[in-house]
Amino acid sequence: MTAAAPRLAAVPSEAAPKVHARLDGVTRVYPPRAGHGEVHALGPISFDLRAGEFFSVVGPSGCGKSTLLDVLAGLAVPSAGSVEFEGKPVRGEVPDGVGVVFQEDASFPWLTVEDNVAFGLRRAGVDAAESRRRVDFAVGFMGLKDFRRAYPSQLSGGMRQRVCIARTLVMQPRLILLDEPFGALDQQTRLLMGDELLRLWRETSATVLLITHALDEANLLSDRIGVMSARPGRFIDIVETGWPRERDSRLAERPDFGAVTSRLWSYLRGESLRALGQGSAAR
Amino acid sequence: MKVGKAKADNRATWIRVAVLASAVGALEIACRVGWVPATMVIAPSAMVKALIETLQSDDIGAHLQQTLSAVAIAMGLSIVGGFLIGFVLHWVPFLRRAFNPFLAAYYAIPHFAFYPLLIVIFGLGPAPLIVLATLFAMVAMIVATMAGLDRVPRVLLKTARMHRLSLLEEIWRIRLPAAAPHLLSGVKLAVAYSFIGVIAGEFILSTSGIGHEIAYAYDNFDNPRMYALILFVLAIVTCFNMAVYAYERRLARRRGA
Amino acid sequence: MVSLRSWRDPLLVAISLVALWQVLHELAGDVAVTAPAPTLAHLWEMIGQARFLPHLRETGLAFLQALAIACGGGVLIGLVLGGHKLSGEVAEPILVGLYSIPKITLYPVILLLFGLGMPAKVAFGALHGIIPVVLFTMNAVRNVNRTYLRAGRAMRLTPLQTGWHILVPATLPEIFSGLRIGFSLTLLGTMLGELFASQRGLGFLLMTAIDLHDVKTILAIAVLISTFAIIANAALLAIDKRLHRGAAPEGAGKP
Ligand SMILES: Nc1ncnc2c1ncn2[C@@H]1O[C@H](COP(=O)(O)OP(=O)(O)O)[C@@H](O)[C@H]1O
Ligand SMILES: [Mg+2]
Repeated sequence: MTAAAPRLAAVPSEAAPKVHARLDGVTRVYPPRAGHGEVHALGPISFDLRAGEFFSVVGPSGCGKSTLLDVLAGLAVPSAGSVEFEGKPVRGEVPDGVGVVFQEDASFPWLTVEDNVAFGLRRAGVDAAESRRRVDFAVGFMGLKDFRRAYPSQLSGGMRQRVCIARTLVMQPRLILLDEPFGALDQQTRLLMGDELLRLWRETSATVLLITHALDEANLLSDRIGVMSARPGRFIDIVETGWPRERDSRLAERPDFGAVTSRLWSYLRGESLRALGQGSAAR
Repeated sequence: MKVGKAKADNRATWIRVAVLASAVGALEIACRVGWVPATMVIAPSAMVKALIETLQSDDIGAHLQQTLSAVAIAMGLSIVGGFLIGFVLHWVPFLRRAFNPFLAAYYAIPHFAFYPLLIVIFGLGPAPLIVLATLFAMVAMIVATMAGLDRVPRVLLKTARMHRLSLLEEIWRIRLPAAAPHLLSGVKLAVAYSFIGVIAGEFILSTSGIGHEIAYAYDNFDNPRMYALILFVLAIVTCFNMAVYAYERRLARRRGA
Repeated sequence: MVSLRSWRDPLLVAISLVALWQVLHELAGDVAVTAPAPTLAHLWEMIGQARFLPHLRETGLAFLQALAIACGGGVLIGLVLGGHKLSGEVAEPILVGLYSIPKITLYPVILLLFGLGMPAKVAFGALHGIIPVVLFTMNAVRNVNRTYLRAGRAMRLTPLQTGWHILVPATLPEIFSGLRIGFSLTLLGTMLGELFASQRGLGFLLMTAIDLHDVKTILAIAVLISTFAIIANAALLAIDKRLHRGAAPEGAGKP
């Protein structure tokens, strides 16, 4: 990337706090609905997200990972406990500087790729020239150059997800929350997209929280990995990988790489079995 | 793959045209040869000729204007009213629960049974026709509006909140475009039902309008005029429906629905 | 299982409709809308009269015959059009076009072809009802998930077994939805046919009542027909929902 390229996310200012976001005793209980009683989906959970780190969350499906993201982003109000972002409480509203990429396809089918990506910029009143510059860059970065005028229905699932990532990135968020963004991709593309994500993270110094179900992916990308228990989700452990900041998918060749993945799996095997309803088999 | 599909579409279209054309041709021959008596069906060519003559006669303009303006009013009322009511019902769960059973049973009722009542209340003339057609068409729009708004994916609403849209912006930028395909099917039905309501009403009990003219020609054994007007109505309605259909298809193709 | 809940909604509807009716009566007066109680009493009395029954039988017979044609013919045509892709593609726009035209304009043609009387009514009722049955059946057959058929072949089912254990259960819910709509439209068509140039039947009674300005009779007959339609529809809808409970999830059959 050349020096002239615009940055996709703002560098946190000098005075940025070391703790970027904080969850304190957060739980989330979904109220009872027709067909089932109340669902205790999450917590209590407490942890600090450090400014500029790449943090991944792994856990069995249905353990409350997406719920955690909703609460952190201010899209859901915690049933107990509190959430803070950059020192200010988060409650029921997405704070400025937080960008989310959802697990489901959230591209707008009625807009072209270009208009999808520019959506947030237009709403925020960013001027046309600046807006165009950022869209051009994000579209190129996500490999969507040839599809600027295509509609999402003409794209594959993975490309649509990239549209959503681009749409979030152009807003230059200081905290990026990604919920299984590569779920629709094949393994090879996943690895390449992971490298791109790492590059982006290094260049922008944004804080990244990535939810994934792929243990290798979490290992490869992250500084720290939160391992969640079966529902209600809590962190069993937070694993520090200790990888250098300059890294990419070739990291997997290192002899100590497998050890981290093994450690994650040893935590998760029992939890996954419990999530499948075979708790006793875990012993 | 897309090309192959377009080709298959084209082939079906050609066959369809050929089938329709040969049906018309067969009818033409059957009438000319005398297999079908002119007291029953007249030849298609005779229908077209009669249509041209009928359209040149001076009295038809007033009937046409009456019918089309009644249809236009019913269409406007049912689309706008149906959208607003559907919107409110979507937003207020209590009202929706109360009205849902009505909506589910609505099209099961042969509403034309109430047409005589409307005439007693509103008298002869365009008013009962417009009321009838509006009542007939509006519920389709209500149901379509609710279906569209119900099916807006939750993740799009989350996206709206992420971009911190105001409620109005969320409705205008997210909910309405997301619901557009359903809204459009509602419009399509409202258009067709407005025509059906007005013309059927005119046919049964009215003293003017195209529908009445058809019934009148039937009563007077004026087959050429009758067939001319039937052809005319079918042509107009089909053109209208096809226009809406084409617009819908264009939108759908773009969105890949 | 009959719970309080399953009765609440229909009861609510009935009560609110009667209430609405009473309000209309208060607003418009006896000249336009007679009150519920006297009208229902009038209906009861009418049903007891010997001269009412032939009319009821006429309409009922016409409706049943039209329904039989619409359902039987519709399913048959739908199966053919659904099974043969090209015919289906050729026919579908024609059917959709036919569905959205005011079919009443074709009634004179039917009268000329069939003459005044029962056959014309039956034909007109069937013309209304058959189209949704064909369209729904066609789509039901088209949307049968090919994987089910492959699974059937993998299990070495005979064609008969495939038909009975795979095709019927896979298509029945959709076809039944078509039949339900066909039922309502056939009733509509039969009634509509009777309102014009008819000498017997409930529709004929309605038209006579208009000439006599007999609001009570108009309302009584309209209520009778509507009650029948609503109850029949509720029953069909209940079956429909039951069938759809076991149906493939939405979009499952699509490529
Ligand atoms: N809106 C909701 N209402 C009730 N239960 C919910 C809702 N959303 C999620 N859940 C339940 O909460 C649990 C956690 O869900 P989620 O956070 O989506 O899990 P994950 O993303 O880890 O797969 C699941 O059991 C899910 O069924
Ligand atoms: Mg999830």
